[in-house]
Amino acid sequence: MTRPIRTTMGHMLRLELQESLRSRWFHFYAAVTIGLMLLLIFTGIAESRVLGFTGLSRLLVTYIQITMAILPLFIIVVTARSMVGDREAGNLEYMLAFPISLATWFWGRFIARLVLILAPVFAALAIAAIFGAMKGYDIPWRHVGLYSGLTAALATCFLGLGFLLSAVSKSTEIALGASLLIWLLLVAFLDLLLLSILIKAQFVPEVVIAIALANPLQSFRTASMILFDPQLILLGPASYVILDNFGVTGYVLWALGYPTALGAAFAGLGYWRFSRSDLV
Amino acid sequence: MGMIRINKLTKRFEKRAVLDELTVSIDAGDRIALIGSNGAGKTTLFRCLLGHYRFSGEVGFEGAGMGRRDLDMLSRVAFVPQTPPPLRMPVGELLSFAAKGSGADPVKMNEIADAMGIDLAEINTRPFYRLSGGQKQKVLVTVALARPADLLIFDEPAANLDPAARAVFIDLLAGRRDASMLIASHRLEEVAPLVNRVIEMDRGQVVLDDSVMDRLKAGHFRACRIGLAEPHPTFAAALAEWGFTSQSETMFEGQIPAGDTLRFLGTLSRYASLVDRLSLETDPDGSDTGKE
Repeated sequence: MTRPIRTTMGHMLRLELQESLRSRWFHFYAAVTIGLMLLLIFTGIAESRVLGFTGLSRLLVTYIQITMAILPLFIIVVTARSMVGDREAGNLEYMLAFPISLATWFWGRFIARLVLILAPVFAALAIAAIFGAMKGYDIPWRHVGLYSGLTAALATCFLGLGFLLSAVSKSTEIALGASLLIWLLLVAFLDLLLLSILIKAQFVPEVVIAIALANPLQSFRTASMILFDPQLILLGPASYVILDNFGVTGYVLWALGYPTALGAAFAGLGYWRFSRSDLV
Repeated sequence: MGMIRINKLTKRFEKRAVLDELTVSIDAGDRIALIGSNGAGKTTLFRCLLGHYRFSGEVGFEGAGMGRRDLDMLSRVAFVPQTPPPLRMPVGELLSFAAKGSGADPVKMNEIADAMGIDLAEINTRPFYRLSGGQKQKVLVTVALARPADLLIFDEPAANLDPAARAVFIDLLAGRRDASMLIASHRLEEVAPLVNRVIEMDRGQVVLDDSVMDRLKAGHFRACRIGLAEPHPTFAAALAEWGFTSQSETMFEGQIPAGDTLRFLGTLSRYASLVDRLSLETDPDGSDTGKE
């Protein structure tokens, strides 16, 4: 009797990590993420002062705002086409003929991608910390840690959404179109659509704020502001609802936990769909 | 006991049944040529067996009911798809994955690749998708044959191979006496020497299930007479290799070992336009020809 052999999570992680490390999307993404931090450092952002922020805090605030713009778009577009692309190309047909469980395949890819997406961001934050130490700035370690956590939460959310789109889409074109549409919608709900809803539909402000809280981009944005602006002066009157209901610590915990849970739920739904439909 | 028992297997795409209550069993030692026109359901059957598709009906493995993806079964099945996938990983990484994740023997992989005329060391760092069609197919066949599999599922495995590699491939498969085989092919003559059973599919159903060995046990040899439309030295030489004698330049007689009937017909098919008359008769006494 032949000894049963399985493809383990370790094999899968290694395969996916090596595959992604070779891919152009990762090279481009890592270059943009780290290059942006280097650009901010060399253009002297840390020496400028805006709204009282200067030094490393100023650098981190700028970097994290830019991160919010590029990270979700990049993750969702690259991820949404991954599995559906493999299915169309015939890679899934071959690879899933090996003795590998669907859970190992799906979650192995998810974890490997999460690690690879976060690695350049963490590297960029580490570069900022080293730069701050060399310049003699006070390094806001708590903020560096919390920014890392917020970024990880945002990445998990959009990675899960990308995996869900990839699992439900019939073709790469549909997956790409849907991912761009969702990203655009979430960006629009940051300010523009919220304001129009508030004015046109005459909702009570709490409803509009609830919509904002449900938007993972907005929760990341507000939490990144709250770290340096605990009174949320920049946010205006909406800050009363947030601070009264959550408080600073509560809101940061929400911004860490909610996108992570949402991303895990999306990914779980994606796995459910993936494992219950035709694989090729 | 059947190795794989398929009972009323049905697979529909929207409302069209690509497999329609298909019932068949594969026994240990079966070497099956699965033939049929495009759309007959061959690839769909493979995909159901490999757990790629959801389906209705039952598939059992070694007497036990099987879930959609039975990892015990998959660990004992080696598969080569009809079209090589455009994997971006280097060949070495694919081989390493196959060795660690499915028990493919690295030493065997080197031996098989050598026999197929491909140098694994040379292509080790090259991305798989950059190989030529034939090279890709050779690598996939190498991986499949080096696995400790009890069932080989090959979907048009020789489609991209050059004639020399195809001959080696057939020999390698013939050497795998320990494994059952399910080989889809449009060219029966190509796999004829390998198989002991032919299953023909049409519109998702089995329309012919011919257990060649069973049927041919009645006679160890078959008497064959062939008349050609015109003399043909190459064909005459090919028949001489089968031990035929000639009464004239266009008439030949010989004895075909029963188990080699399909292979002989495969040879014959290459000269089909020359054949004017053909008779193939089973010797009722079976082994009285004195040949073994």
